[in-house]
Amino acid sequence: MSTKEQTIHGEDGATRRDMLHTTAAVTAGVGGILALWPFVDQMNPAADTLALATVEVDLSSIGEGEAIIVKWQGKPIFIRHRTATEIAEARAVTMDQLIDKETDEERIHAGHEQWLIMIGICTHLGCVPLGTKDGDEKGEYGGWFCPCHGSHYDTAGRIRKGPAPRNLDLPDYAFVSDTRIKIG
Amino acid sequence: MAEWETIKPENKALGWFEERLPILSLVHNVVGPGTPTPRNLNYWWNFGSLAGLMLVIQILSGVVLAMHYTPDTAVAFDSVERIVRDVNYGWLLRPMHANGASFFFIAVYIHILRGLYYGSYKAPREVLWMLGLVIFLLMMATAFMGYVLPWGQMSYWGATVITNLFSAIPFVGEDIRTLLWGGFSVDNPTLKRFFSLHFLLPFVIFGVVILHIWAKKVSDSGNPLGIEVKSGADQIPFHPYYTIKDAFGMGVFFLIFAYFIFFAPDALGHPDNYIPANSMVTPDSIVPEWYFLPFYAILRSITFDIGIPGTDITFISAKLLGVIAMFASILLLFALPWLDTSKVRSARFRPTYRWFFWFLVADLVLLTIVGGRKPEGIYPLLGLLGTAYYFAHFLVIMPILGFKEKTLPLPESIANPVVKAAE
Repeated sequence: MSTKEQTIHGEDGATRRDMLHTTAAVTAGVGGILALWPFVDQMNPAADTLALATVEVDLSSIGEGEAIIVKWQGKPIFIRHRTATEIAEARAVTMDQLIDKETDEERIHAGHEQWLIMIGICTHLGCVPLGTKDGDEKGEYGGWFCPCHGSHYDTAGRIRKGPAPRNLDLPDYAFVSDTRIKIG
Repeated sequence: MAEWETIKPENKALGWFEERLPILSLVHNVVGPGTPTPRNLNYWWNFGSLAGLMLVIQILSGVVLAMHYTPDTAVAFDSVERIVRDVNYGWLLRPMHANGASFFFIAVYIHILRGLYYGSYKAPREVLWMLGLVIFLLMMATAFMGYVLPWGQMSYWGATVITNLFSAIPFVGEDIRTLLWGGFSVDNPTLKRFFSLHFLLPFVIFGVVILHIWAKKVSDSGNPLGIEVKSGADQIPFHPYYTIKDAFGMGVFFLIFAYFIFFAPDALGHPDNYIPANSMVTPDSIVPEWYFLPFYAILRSITFDIGIPGTDITFISAKLLGVIAMFASILLLFALPWLDTSKVRSARFRPTYRWFFWFLVADLVLLTIVGGRKPEGIYPLLGLLGTAYYFAHFLVIMPILGFKEKTLPLPESIANPVVKAAE
């Protein structure tokens, strides 16, 4: 008695054994791939890292013309209390003078024009531009200057000169009260 | 050793590569269709590949755990807890690794006992057997150091007890202990070096596993009848017959493994290891992981000095003798191929040895129980008897039994019963 005679053939010539092989291989394959996911996902931010995803900042101690840097998700956040002159300067710029065309109004929250809040990372190669601390070089446009490759940002944090491709990025933030913001 | 077949892939690029590095031929000849294997291997032969699989799981899960673990006494405990609570899938990966160690030992112990029952250590497989013992010793070192890393009470005090064993060595013992510690007690330097070695040793094990499989290729697999392969009728190709059988075994093994990971992740551990290490407070009783208990029982069973009776002269202190007994209990297995004088391999044809084999298993169970209890009441005596029997089994019973035992007649060939039945 040969096993061949016992083999059950489907209409298209496929055997019961083919079916079992395919089913087993697919089940094992899918299971194997699913089992690999935890080994990859463990590298994503952990729960305690995500828990630090937002910070609240009290703005009341920052005087006009002053600026501070706070840390959010490991990145520096520039918070600048702009003077009326600086705001006026930023708003006087016409679009054709800009590399990355954005109005000053697009870069602040309406009603809080004096507060410019940005991620302090140069959009060129990731250095932290100078201009926040007293005595820092502020660049040709009175905003920030990146010492790494010489990018100049204006008082709205827009790129005006140098190799950086974009204006300084803006974080998501909201005003909890007039003097308090929540970043993230 | 079966003839080496060369694979010539049809794909041109593969063929080009294969000519320069015959890796497909290697697989083909070692675990592939070109690997003639005895047709009668039973399920006890599954545990070699299961142990190999557990090694791979331990390395994979260990490497990812090391991405989050910090080997520093100040934060080690917290970093492990953070893995379980905060790291994505840490709740899965850490129990997988901790229980993985247990299941690695389960697979290896069954693999070793299978070797003892079927006489797998006898000529021409002595080196294969000894390489297996080297793997076992490396596993014990690796598991011990891994258990220290969570820096709980059992970690700390286990490390203290085991490293103190070395102080029993005459003259240089104390210096060796200081060298191991990198200080004057188990502390930060100890933790850091244990972490480094715990990461390294599995890859050393992996290397020895390759030698182990190479030695298996040279001497071929043994089989439950313990007789030589006589013709092609005795064999079937490793692939697909044993790959599919191994895969089935893995499925069953994984079901049990998964039960522990998901439903009883701490069942095999000691609750005291969830108390952060404290060098000022020793736990009620210090117990090693279950897979070390028989050896721990042997260590503790020796409580007497050897010297000249009636005088204060001691040749070997009880402490040193215990340490010697513990290491000797494993090291003597290296001599087993010569301690066993029987010409018949498989216990299937050795009616008396079969009994002694099960006595030995019972003895190991007894030692496991004794090792987990406090040394009071009946347990020290049971431990001493168990230890005595363990050594008697290998040093007295095995050599004598080979000469005295009347073995059963061996079958002519592996295929014979099958072929006869078919006729």
